[in-house]
Amino acid sequence: MSTSKVATMHDAIAEVVRDGDTVAIEGFTHLISFAAGHEIIRQRKRDLTLARLTPDLIYDQMIAAGVARKLIFSWLGNPGVGGLGAIRRRIEPATSGGAGQPSRLEIEEYSHFGMVGRYTAGAANLPFYPIRSYFETDMPAANPLIREIESPYGDGKVYAVPPLKPDVTIVHAQRADASGNTQIWGLLGCQKEAAFAAERVIVVVEELVDEAVIRADPNRTILPGLIVDAVVVEPFGAHPSYVQGAYDRDNRFYMDWDAITKDEDTLQAWLGEWVYGLADRAAYAEKLGAERIERLRPGPAPSGSVDYGSYR
Amino acid sequence: MSGGAFSQSEMMIVAAARELAGQRVCFVGVGLPNIAVNLAQRTVAPEIELVYESGVFGARPARLPLSIGDPTIVSGATAVTSMYELFSFYLQGGLIDVGFLGAAQIDRFGNLNSTVIGDYDAPATRLPGSGGACEIAINARQVFVIMRQSKRSFVEKIDFRTSPGNLGGAEQSERIRREQGWLGRGPSLVVTDLGVWHFGEDGEMQVDSLHPGVTLDQLRDTVGWEPKVAPSLATTPAATAEELRLIREELDPGGAYTR
Repeated sequence: MSTSKVATMHDAIAEVVRDGDTVAIEGFTHLISFAAGHEIIRQRKRDLTLARLTPDLIYDQMIAAGVARKLIFSWLGNPGVGGLGAIRRRIEPATSGGAGQPSRLEIEEYSHFGMVGRYTAGAANLPFYPIRSYFETDMPAANPLIREIESPYGDGKVYAVPPLKPDVTIVHAQRADASGNTQIWGLLGCQKEAAFAAERVIVVVEELVDEAVIRADPNRTILPGLIVDAVVVEPFGAHPSYVQGAYDRDNRFYMDWDAITKDEDTLQAWLGEWVYGLADRAAYAEKLGAERIERLRPGPAPSGSVDYGSYR
Repeated sequence: MSGGAFSQSEMMIVAAARELAGQRVCFVGVGLPNIAVNLAQRTVAPEIELVYESGVFGARPARLPLSIGDPTIVSGATAVTSMYELFSFYLQGGLIDVGFLGAAQIDRFGNLNSTVIGDYDAPATRLPGSGGACEIAINARQVFVIMRQSKRSFVEKIDFRTSPGNLGGAEQSERIRREQGWLGRGPSLVVTDLGVWHFGEDGEMQVDSLHPGVTLDQLRDTVGWEPKVAPSLATTPAATAEELRLIREELDPGGAYTR
């Protein structure tokens, strides 16, 4: 019987995330832990390096709140809607670095495959990951950590990206047991690579289940409890992103964000009302309202089950 | 038979969909490419497989996906993969026949910029960046570009090369692609709100047809260089009633991308 790692969001963030850390909240459109991001804002963590393929609204919010000094990414936008105003304002010189303006945000930029390769190298303890991207582009000039190398077998050039080993990776999942064995279905993104690459891992779940539930379907496990430091049970913690089978993306929120993020004062007021002004995710869900949440529930589409067999 | 009045976006979608005839595996982007590929699946390419960079092969979306990672592309798909598998085995492994790209800027050889307007370190406008675009441009067997044309987007010189096209011309592009072992042959098509372009033997884009109602002068006014025009310049066949019905009733009933 292993020890329970179940913690409140407050305690998990307080104990696991430290000022100056490199933090990756991963999840490609699916399973983005907004709840953890908001708690990081509430605890006023500082000088973080935030890593994520698609910064999405959560990093726009965290960067607007001043938790980060640097961003590592591959695609910067509000998916399917528009831009991320807080981040853009901190990159473009016309709106940052001057008197009365937010300070400039340092950036380190790759492509999607480059970021996935970085986590993969980090997880596998490799010195770099080779990919056939970046040829004849301006990306290696923009980021000197992207380097051309010769194949040691004499068959041409590839590009190397360095390992990315976050101090903390945070993933949201459908379910885990108390020791952190974690199962996901739907889009898998690169949560597995990002978690194995990290020094410390927080898993946030819709549902805490018995170990027997995990063991009945081991093919669905993406993280073993071995690498997990804290399990936070936070239903609806991925809103406005989604959880396959549990709730849909709240597209209205993504559309509304377009107007909020365009104006710094409006964004700061939003943070006051929806993050600093609320104690936790339960308060957030209550403020959002049961009716809005109910509208995001999908109809059923269960998988057929498989028979693993009993071998005694 | 023409299907009556249609928007420029609808004509772009229809023109792109028709070009997918005979294609088997297509890497889909959200927005116009997504509707174009879904239209092709219902018309000229019933066997086409939809691949999404978020990690889905063989998607059968039941509604228009709101983003590249919408849950509707998962339910009913052939396979869900990690992004590592998708980019390594499907894309870099050479299984993608056509990749769709858009961009803020394109040059005459189909090189694309989706990173910055202005200087990289002090940009006038910060754009989204590569995402998967740079690897799609290199590894997809061919690339279809879909974007609106204007003097700001069709430029003599792009500010940043995010995704390589035909580089400085066909000769250089073919040599580098061969020497470096790229699987992609580069861009083969550009569909815009005004017409359809293909690439000539020199690797430069050439307008082959103008959409109904568009004049050559109008097209020239939106290109930052003297564009090459096919000797047999045609008019793009107008969107048919059935193509418009599929777009309006099945693919984008809310008109999110087509009005």
